[in-house]
Amino acid sequence: MTQAIATTAPSTSPTFTHLASKEGGTKKYPLKAINICEETFAPLEVVYDYAAISQKVSRATIEAGPNSIWRYKAFLPVTSHDPIDVGTGMTPLLKSHRLARRLGLKNLYIKNDAVNMPTLSFKDRVVSVALTRAKELGFTTVSCASTGNLANSTAAIAARAGLDCCVFIPADLEAGKILGTLIYNPTVMAVKGNYDQVNRLCSEVGNTYGWGFVNINLRPYYSEGSKTLGFEVAEQLGWQLPDHIVAPLASGSLYTKIYKGFQEFVKVGLVESKEVRFSGAQAQGCSPIATAFKEGRDFIAPVKPDTIAKSIAIGNPADGVYALDIAHKTNGNIESVTDAEIIQGMKLLAETEGIFTETAGGTTIAVLKKLVEAGKIDPDETTVAYITGNGLKTTEAVQGYIGQPLTIEPKLGSFEAALERSRTLGRLEWKETSV
Amino acid sequence: MAVKVLVPTTLQTFTNEPVVECADVGSVDQLIQTLETDYPGIKSRLCDEAGKIRRFVNFYVNEEDIRFLQGQGTELKDGDEVSIVPAVAGG
Repeated sequence: MTQAIATTAPSTSPTFTHLASKEGGTKKYPLKAINICEETFAPLEVVYDYAAISQKVSRATIEAGPNSIWRYKAFLPVTSHDPIDVGTGMTPLLKSHRLARRLGLKNLYIKNDAVNMPTLSFKDRVVSVALTRAKELGFTTVSCASTGNLANSTAAIAARAGLDCCVFIPADLEAGKILGTLIYNPTVMAVKGNYDQVNRLCSEVGNTYGWGFVNINLRPYYSEGSKTLGFEVAEQLGWQLPDHIVAPLASGSLYTKIYKGFQEFVKVGLVESKEVRFSGAQAQGCSPIATAFKEGRDFIAPVKPDTIAKSIAIGNPADGVYALDIAHKTNGNIESVTDAEIIQGMKLLAETEGIFTETAGGTTIAVLKKLVEAGKIDPDETTVAYITGNGLKTTEAVQGYIGQPLTIEPKLGSFEAALERSRTLGRLEWKETSV
Repeated sequence: MAVKVLVPTTLQTFTNEPVVECADVGSVDQLIQTLETDYPGIKSRLCDEAGKIRRFVNFYVNEEDIRFLQGQGTELKDGDEVSIVPAVAGG
């Protein structure tokens, strides 16, 4: 494994002041690797000086910044002059034509983090922030509990930053996600249990080893990275907010931070205030937040996950109550879909927009479709669907549902026969036919 | 024999130890009472004013979340391991 590089990067004047409980209260916590309010166990969150941010940024300064999440550095909890920049962020926001037409929407956009750098999921955003902060706080070993994407990202960016890395994953993850972690040569612990069990173990490990767990003791910093998914969409829409967003819900963190990102842009005057509806997507096999939403509850009953959408299979979502609150107050919806619908969602996005997303993205598209069909998305609304991961990591999910190539001899006649046959059969039918 | 309790960092200011043992506790509720007797003040961190475990606190008995068992009434026996863990995010 690589050795930590002991360097002290020059710092810039911080725009954040302390940590505070997300549940309110006046106690100010120092900007250390802590994530829990001592009194209520509620999560801690970074508190910013928005007047200072307003002084520092304008649309012009952001546009002149790096082509990565660090163009929004004033809104992120790091002090380094030279944060870890692996090209994360500024992923495409595509105006959808074919999917939009299929669904009957006029203003649909796809935020495509399936091509986020360097490990092809939105997690590179949060990890870039967390590991920059980890170095500032003096950690030489970083770690995480992961459903796959976070492990890929933590291992890759730790390698780049020269940090030792030990990641914990459920043992039954998709092969692509395990391989996509091992290649960076971290220590990988494949835990015989589900994600919630992995997380519990990590909390116990974190108590004693003094490592920087990106999603545990570094969580207040880590989670802020997801705000950039809000910032980028606002900037890419020409410095305005959309009417409606649809995002996947696992722990609920991403969804709440997109909301926070929009609020912050309004607060410092970068965009006009607007009521944005927030809708969330879960897999039916792990839908504690969607169930609470449907039942009108303000608390989450944990569940044991059973779905192909492993990357969002968190049965005990830490930010679930905050996600519920946002869905209610923005007049959004939280919906769930079956595994079969998730596969259809993945195929639909691929066939109409040329984007191969993983199961979480399939969940988002399937929920988008379901909401449109239920009349819960206005065709005129500017709607953004967040695609947060790449399908090449979870090929198992669609194997067997996408047909086979037409195998032919290297002869013109064989090609022509196969082509003729493919044209005469229905699309779905020929895809399953070996010639 | 007794029940073994894994204590999160935030509560180690009370216990001074990451692992403590509690004897003669028949349920999670009783365990919380015994912890309060041994470490005064700890209960108000774990439970709200009504005595209900706070929503960001997870109790596991032998690795099972007590919300899948009988909640605070979950029975304990000698040799059981109870882990107290704050809710965590991830993915």
